[in-house]
Amino acid sequence: MQQKHSIDRRAFLKLSSFTGAALTIGFYFPALGRETAAIVTASTAENLGIALNAFISIDKNGSVSILNHRSEMGQGSYQAVPQMIAEELEVSLDQVSISFAPGHQNKYGNQITGGSSTVRGAWKHLLRTGATAREMLIEAAAKIWSVPKDECYAQNGEVIHRPSNKKLGYGELVEEASKLTPPKQVVLKERKKYNLIGKPLPRQDTPLKVNGRAEFGMDKKLPGMLYAVVERSPHFLGKVKSYDDSAVKKMPGVKHVIKVHMPVFNTVREGIAIVADNTWAAMQARKALKVEWDTTGFEHLDTAALYNRMKEDLKKPGLSQRTGGNFEATFAKASKKVEAVYETPYEAHACMEPVNCVADVKEDRAEIWGPIQGPDWIQRDLADRLKIPIDKITVNMTFLGGGFGRKAFTDYTTEAALISKEIKAPVQVVWTREDDMTQGPFRPGAMYECKAGLNNGRIAAFQTKMAAQNMGHQNPGADKTSFNDSITEGLPEPYLNSIDHYSFSDIPTESPIPVMWWRSVYSSTNGFAYESFIDELAVAAEKDPLDLRRAHLRDERYLAIIDKLEEITGWKSRGKNSGWGVAITECFKSIVGEAVKVSKQADGKLKIDRIVAVMDCGWYVNPDIIKAQVEGSIVMALGAATTHATNFTDGKAVETNFHQYRMPRISDVPDMEIYIMENEEKPGGVGEPGLPPFAPALCNAIFDLTGKRIRKLPFNMNEV
Amino acid sequence: MASYKLSINGSSFSVEADPKMPLLWVLRDLLNLTGTKYGCGMSQCGACTVHLNGNAIRSCTMPVSAVGTQKITTIEGLSTDNSHTVQQAWIAEQVPQCGYCQTGQIMSAVALLKRNPNPTDRDIDMAMQGNICRCGTYPRIRKAIHKAAAMMKQPPAKGF
Ligand code: FES
Ligand code: FES
Repeated sequence: MQQKHSIDRRAFLKLSSFTGAALTIGFYFPALGRETAAIVTASTAENLGIALNAFISIDKNGSVSILNHRSEMGQGSYQAVPQMIAEELEVSLDQVSISFAPGHQNKYGNQITGGSSTVRGAWKHLLRTGATAREMLIEAAAKIWSVPKDECYAQNGEVIHRPSNKKLGYGELVEEASKLTPPKQVVLKERKKYNLIGKPLPRQDTPLKVNGRAEFGMDKKLPGMLYAVVERSPHFLGKVKSYDDSAVKKMPGVKHVIKVHMPVFNTVREGIAIVADNTWAAMQARKALKVEWDTTGFEHLDTAALYNRMKEDLKKPGLSQRTGGNFEATFAKASKKVEAVYETPYEAHACMEPVNCVADVKEDRAEIWGPIQGPDWIQRDLADRLKIPIDKITVNMTFLGGGFGRKAFTDYTTEAALISKEIKAPVQVVWTREDDMTQGPFRPGAMYECKAGLNNGRIAAFQTKMAAQNMGHQNPGADKTSFNDSITEGLPEPYLNSIDHYSFSDIPTESPIPVMWWRSVYSSTNGFAYESFIDELAVAAEKDPLDLRRAHLRDERYLAIIDKLEEITGWKSRGKNSGWGVAITECFKSIVGEAVKVSKQADGKLKIDRIVAVMDCGWYVNPDIIKAQVEGSIVMALGAATTHATNFTDGKAVETNFHQYRMPRISDVPDMEIYIMENEEKPGGVGEPGLPPFAPALCNAIFDLTGKRIRKLPFNMNEV
Repeated sequence: MASYKLSINGSSFSVEADPKMPLLWVLRDLLNLTGTKYGCGMSQCGACTVHLNGNAIRSCTMPVSAVGTQKITTIEGLSTDNSHTVQQAWIAEQVPQCGYCQTGQIMSAVALLKRNPNPTDRDIDMAMQGNICRCGTYPRIRKAIHKAAAMMKQPPAKGF
């Protein structure tokens, strides 16, 4: 990997159209919604007038450039994408450089980095693109040598003629290859022949991230750029009634004080932007600003009122999502009935890099830079709001200092663009930690009512109702009678094959608090309810928790995870006085089982001794990145279970910074044992599925040790 | 506004700044040394960690006027080529995920190892307590610090 950073985007695009000197191929989707991509060369694309997805380009020196269409927020697409392409292309990773694709809906298809989809969504296209280029290079060599193509093969950036051992480097072949038509069919490599895929290769962005050179949104500087902070309504829907900026304008370095707004789903939040020479001057000046807010016309909820509302909502029938058999009748007659209510908190995303955006808006064009998960949404949004043609809007993704769903939103980018437009200068809008933590959108809090009937030690009837704000219902014109897979996310599907009578429903709770995806979305809270409840059922049925799952999860992949957990933990021989808990959830097509062991220390406080995770994400690219993602997911789950939550008083977020929103620290986190299952299943998500099973596994372990059942998160480990 | 002469990474820099401006923003906005990060602005997260005469401090709450002639080291001053033992250990253990907190983590780790070349898990937990990582790289940070400690014992380790 060339450490001299990624190549400049514009240079890349120019290079791509300079078809003679390089082999550039990419894929595009011939028809909207078509699953199969067509792979063509740059010159064909030009002739056909197709906006080519310039995914790979090989130049005369044999260097390979890749334009990555996903953002890099820690989940490793910076590594996974080149690893896949290099594998099929038969080059070593150090011949490959990568740059981020600018936002463009037509070119790259959906670019949102969410739903753990980087590998999941694009793997076949990426592999085929690499293989297509390889085949074209082989064909070019065969032509030059006038030998049959099947006597040639590619290896390590060269094509080799087997009988004579003649060799030509890719660089020497690109001109000839670029004249060829890409083959319609290519044979992908067999998994056992992989040199790169499946190997724990070091991430190529690591060197940049240990010396401060990785450029995050916060680090972007433009000539003449000013810095802004915005005093926004502390209430989610507040409007500016009046403001006094006389003191602000006298503060050193202040250039502008303007009223701004940003869209938050179907509402608008107003604020006053203070634009200054540097970030700190803007922050200081903000303290001198006086704003009177109009906060009428919407509810000022506090946490207790919100959860009371959810409790009331649980009495309603709600939107039924999945039903089978007859839950009510079976439950009524069951020999044993179990009921429980679970509660999970609202959470801030609290990315280490607070929300920020650099915008440079001109009369007829606009360009923005920032930590961005959804570049194509943002491009469309800006085109609409600025009334500038979409092709004159460039959205540049920097590295993201965490995303977790927050940076897939378009509020901050719109606001920055509007400020730049008004002051006619490039500007960086920085959200202070307090802004980032109190403005939302948040993970919605939820309340679950679970009921089950047991007969002969088996689950005969199972019902779950969820009361929570529905994320989809916030969008303008949303159909509030629809649900969006909310309640069944995270549920291991095979339960529904073994339980004959079930019912799942979602009762959307109304509230003006903006809510948004948070790592693993509804699974992050559903998993807690489901897998805590299954544990309660195992206790009621007097069954070992793994055995009860084994009896109900009659699916190869689940059974393999159960066996693996049993083996690693030494489950059968576990001591009587140790507290072990397990949980298994499914999220974004991956299945993860986790086991936690807890003990009491001499001072009576709980301690986590072991954390074991078994990840089945099917076909995978880089096991070390997967392990890192599971570790990170577990730490994030630990925080949401035991140390932090966002509360509300008078319609405002209470926790403003890390002194109140307490994050897990290094001493809270033991080493972890992560295992990856080997199978031939389709790739599942990697960045999120490790999160949902952790909280229930931990709470089940605490029950096992102490007999105390935790049904409400977060709880204090020191007070159990 | 006042003039300051700062010694950063072995070079001398002159800046015009408000005396109360925290060193963090002097580094980032006035001197373009953006490897030092803003995370909380109140000494809670460690993203802004730099060294003052070799000790790890939080630059977000250190006014520039308090720096005086003390020697500042930022992540950019650790090495020009990632050759510092701690950077090497960080690469070997593949610590960073998003990477945003890592420059602060590394500066804290370097200061720890200078004080204590043989830290135990507990020593590490104590010394690194002030650095938050939202991505959850803590187990790898622990491993990397142990690794760096071991590497330092083998000449020719560089950087201390
Ligand atoms: S920014 Fe200084 S400790 Fe967080
Ligand atoms: S690596 Fe992302 S916050 Fe630490």
